[in-house]
Amino acid sequence: MSIEIVPLGDSAISISFDNEINESTHHQINHFSQNLRRLKIDGVIECVPTYTSITIFYDPIKIRYSQLEKMVYSLMELAVNSIPLNPIVYRIPVYYGGKTGPDLPIVAAYHNISEQEVISIHSNKEYLVHMIGFVPGFPYLGGLNKIISTPRLEKPRAKIAAGSVGIGGDQTGIYPAEVPSGWRIIGITPLTLFDIENVKPSLLSAGNYVTFFPVGYEEFLAIKERSELKKYEVMTYKKGEQIT
Amino acid sequence: MRTPIFKVMKSGLQTTVQDLGRYGFREFGVSPSGAMDSYSLQMGNLLVGNDLGEAALEAPFIGPVLMALHDVSIAICGGNLTPKINGQEVPLWKSIVIKKGQILSFGELKEGVRTYISIAGGIDVPFVLNSKSTYITGKFGGFEGRALKEGDILFGNPFTRRNRFLQTQLIPKYTNKLTVRVIVGPHTRKFTTAGLKTFLNEEYSITSQSNRMGHQLTGPKIEHSSTADIISDAIPLGGIQVPASGQPIILMAEHQTTGGYSRIGTVISVDIPLLAQAQPGTKVRFKEISLQNAQDLLIDSRNRLKSLYRLTR
Repeated sequence: MSIEIVPLGDSAISISFDNEINESTHHQINHFSQNLRRLKIDGVIECVPTYTSITIFYDPIKIRYSQLEKMVYSLMELAVNSIPLNPIVYRIPVYYGGKTGPDLPIVAAYHNISEQEVISIHSNKEYLVHMIGFVPGFPYLGGLNKIISTPRLEKPRAKIAAGSVGIGGDQTGIYPAEVPSGWRIIGITPLTLFDIENVKPSLLSAGNYVTFFPVGYEEFLAIKERSELKKYEVMTYKKGEQIT
Repeated sequence: MRTPIFKVMKSGLQTTVQDLGRYGFREFGVSPSGAMDSYSLQMGNLLVGNDLGEAALEAPFIGPVLMALHDVSIAICGGNLTPKINGQEVPLWKSIVIKKGQILSFGELKEGVRTYISIAGGIDVPFVLNSKSTYITGKFGGFEGRALKEGDILFGNPFTRRNRFLQTQLIPKYTNKLTVRVIVGPHTRKFTTAGLKTFLNEEYSITSQSNRMGHQLTGPKIEHSSTADIISDAIPLGGIQVPASGQPIILMAEHQTTGGYSRIGTVISVDIPLLAQAQPGTKVRFKEISLQNAQDLLIDSRNRLKSLYRLTR
């Protein structure tokens, strides 16, 4: 593994930790970003952790590339032994199948298993949020069980509903907004993943985990209503802690 | 005091409220957005006596028709869409007073692409995630998260002031041939030596597939060394993506925050405004520049703006 530090134009620096996606690289990036944020370096505008790298956007009037690069090197040393991150696992309710999960039967048929098995495999897992991107609040989740990985549609749908939960190849994810998508849509969550009225607009952030649990249609509607009135509190637990 | 300043009689092609952009939320997938041509936006604000980062209207290709509901100083900067008040042509890069009941309209596109209408006292729209910029794909910010529509009423805190104009050397010239400077990388290894050479030596043309998210260019194919794809990473403004087609895409103000195409370079910050005003068909050449020089240029330009701003206070 080789760490690479390069400029991205005149106002950003990219630190690449590895060239393949895995959880240990992610944890390294996560440590680095926590330490960076704690330092509150004057001139650093924001940073974006992604699969194998982190990008720092900065204002060259306040800090020049060479100065920031030096700070990055010293942070790299810190990143190895830092405090535990205590990730949070968000429990996301999903109404699987039906009109809002039209590809559930297709995914089941593709693997020659029952729809119930697809649901239980999909919901029985803690997925790491590697990064947020594409559209506001969209999580790139890692850890889909290969048993249910399914190729994308040949012809993407022009629009899928906000909240749609899908499988695209080896990935799974939740669409926060109505967008075009070529993923297999197996269900829908009643939760709002991105809300500009919240101090923290995105429910999820890189470094945390997501787990899905199936709900029936009635419950889906009930949660949706409460969620829209901001009266639904998303269930969470600390990673590693057993839930009952 | 929140006062109605303009009524939208005709929307124009895509008239949006834009300031210098939305920062701090890229890690949640939120594009910075903001004015495509930040130079014209700031000059307009300077002329009418606003803070440099106040929001203005950005109108590409076809301007809106607006009726003034209050006397107010305005400045029109950037692309020349033939601005008129009550049918009489008015100058760009100059503050002028529009009187209550007068109509601001636009005609033929003569030069550039986007015009900026800066209004003394600014535009009163809520700050959404710290910015007044419209984020079209995110459907938030600016005026109700969308481009203006007929019948909309814009509010502000209007005032009038003595007319101001700019020295000619501060007014950019828009041409149909453009050289933009780039910092090469970060995915240099994704391209062959020949591919890099093609990129830096050949001429590309801006296609009509260009919008606030990015400019699609066409020209000699840029050769990859293997696949065109990378593990998705964060994208900067001005990043130049090269998909498998070998045809570059320059990412502009409303770019996605992350992407999976290899990037051959990044257009330097001070050259983005000219690119924002480049019409489809404009010939573009890329010239390599060092990071040091690019940052010096950016610092110089920001310092010049700041000292101009101080002069007007």
